[in-house]
Amino acid sequence: MTELVDVILGGTFHAAVLFLVAAGLQLVFGVQKLVNLACGSFYALGAYFGITAVGLALKLGLPPLLFFPVLILAGLAIGLVGLPIERVLRTIYRRDESYQLLLTFGFLLMFQDVFRYIWGATPRTMDNVYLVYGTANVLGVRVPTYNLLVIAASIAIAVGLGYFLERTKTGRIVRATAENRDMAEGLGVNASKIFALVFTVGCMLGTVGGALVVPSGAASLDMAVELVVESFAVVVIGGLGSMRGAIVGALIVGLMRAASISLMPEMEMLSVYLVVVLVLIVRPAGLFGKATA
Amino acid sequence: MPSVDIASPAVPRAMPRVSGLWVLLALLAIMALLPFVASPYVLLLMLPFMGYGIALLGFNLLFGTTGLLSFGHAMFLGIGAYTAAALTSKFGVKSFELLLLAAALGSGLVSIVTGLLCVRYTRIFFGMLTLAFGMLFHSFLFKFYAVTGGDQGMRVLRPLLLGMEWRGGKTAFLTGPFYYYSLVLFALLGLAMWRITQSPFGLHLKAIRENAGKAAYVGVQIFRMRLAAFVISAVYGGIGGTILAVTTGLADPELAYWTHSGNLVFMAVLGGSGTFAGPAIGALVFVLLQDFVMSLTQYWRFVMGGVLVLLVVFLPQGLSGAVSLLFNRRNGGR
Repeated sequence: MTELVDVILGGTFHAAVLFLVAAGLQLVFGVQKLVNLACGSFYALGAYFGITAVGLALKLGLPPLLFFPVLILAGLAIGLVGLPIERVLRTIYRRDESYQLLLTFGFLLMFQDVFRYIWGATPRTMDNVYLVYGTANVLGVRVPTYNLLVIAASIAIAVGLGYFLERTKTGRIVRATAENRDMAEGLGVNASKIFALVFTVGCMLGTVGGALVVPSGAASLDMAVELVVESFAVVVIGGLGSMRGAIVGALIVGLMRAASISLMPEMEMLSVYLVVVLVLIVRPAGLFGKATA
Repeated sequence: MPSVDIASPAVPRAMPRVSGLWVLLALLAIMALLPFVASPYVLLLMLPFMGYGIALLGFNLLFGTTGLLSFGHAMFLGIGAYTAAALTSKFGVKSFELLLLAAALGSGLVSIVTGLLCVRYTRIFFGMLTLAFGMLFHSFLFKFYAVTGGDQGMRVLRPLLLGMEWRGGKTAFLTGPFYYYSLVLFALLGLAMWRITQSPFGLHLKAIRENAGKAAYVGVQIFRMRLAAFVISAVYGGIGGTILAVTTGLADPELAYWTHSGNLVFMAVLGGSGTFAGPAIGALVFVLLQDFVMSLTQYWRFVMGGVLVLLVVFLPQGLSGAVSLLFNRRNGGR
């Protein structure tokens, strides 16, 4: 029983972070029709920057209890790096997908060395600050309260994102642009601005995800390339461009990984890819995706 | 901005028709003379180039000719490398011909199974499914320590060439007999690939790339043709991977990692995937450039990534596109 709760909690925590990155990927794909391989780099960037920001804040005498909001703010702030990157991506929106994959792959490579240059090659950790919130007892399993906070934050972001897209005026314009860019422009929408906005928000989702995961783990050079394939798995399982798909996909991947780690460690990633292949065979468009192009 | 298709040459062909085969053969002829002038270091660099060059010839049948972008092609290089490793160090099979045969068969068989699933899709879905299969294979290599040696990889012992044992140091073997052996292999596979692209089969593939629907109407069997292209490209990948593994003496999981697949696409676009010899030349430039940048700075990924970004934005047709552009401009353009 405790083992099951353990798997579910661990899986949900992982899923909460994965969802944020995958949601960024989905948002960008949905609107810009662009598959962003650099999403993993944003995630790693958020993680590294989160460590630096929290370290600085603590040094300036901030009470450790406030480190959670600092992390979120740090993630949001560094997410602005999406703006200049979008300027470059803008040159190739109307080109073949292969170019977009390659261009974001180029960014991924560049970011790898930016991290190495600024933060060094050895993994960086954030001591045990995240334990300031203590631990909670969930059905007989002790988990750091921080992990529950991250899950809650991720749910809040999901709700906020849903509200933004479905209920606000800007959200409607974003969806209209996603549906038909030329038509939206014909109606007076400034699509370039919408694209810049969407890409930056997508980027922020990734950086916040990275910032949230780092206190209980470490920031390393491998995390970018590893997360890319995981969030790809999420997106493929859930269906490209679907937010609901991102939630379900993230839960499947997160729980699947947690379960395999406790049952059969060798199957950790293998099981995830097996699900991906299975889904693609049975439902090529993913669980919530629209029909394939 | 006009829509540019990555797979087709958008630059008008004002150049006198230099066929891709001659470009490739000229390159190989230069390489045949290279051992007389170049240092062993340069020759050792040429070996990975030959491995990648062969793999890229196959990759471009899928990408440039058929228009399918695989982001998991490194899997086949991995299969070739691990076949060589397992046969030489676990089963005592030393004949290089047998290794090549086994690598070709192994990657061919795997590609039939994965291809049956993958080629039902095109565009980004094809890319993602091939990526998933590639990572499936990578995590198998990485996690099943007892079978594959995990992250340590597996050693590849020196094979016999044409049934003969070669004495001497590792460098002497690699830059001498193995160099020429690979070169001949490269030339033969290049000729074969040229025949394939010029055959009715190759024309079918091009028709599928240009317009799959229309091709189907005139009777092209899209699914079978795509599958055949996938399998052929996998066999080339397996052979290329075997050469790489013998060169480094090691088969490790990184060979099958998705970033390695990304590098293959990088090479193809660098040389120009719309041409026959372009991707092989891209492999050469990539190998040389990477070696050069690595000797200058430890931040070589940044430079390579930057090159890729500039390439995609400003020179989408790759180096061959640049050459034809230059040529056209000198002739007053068109």
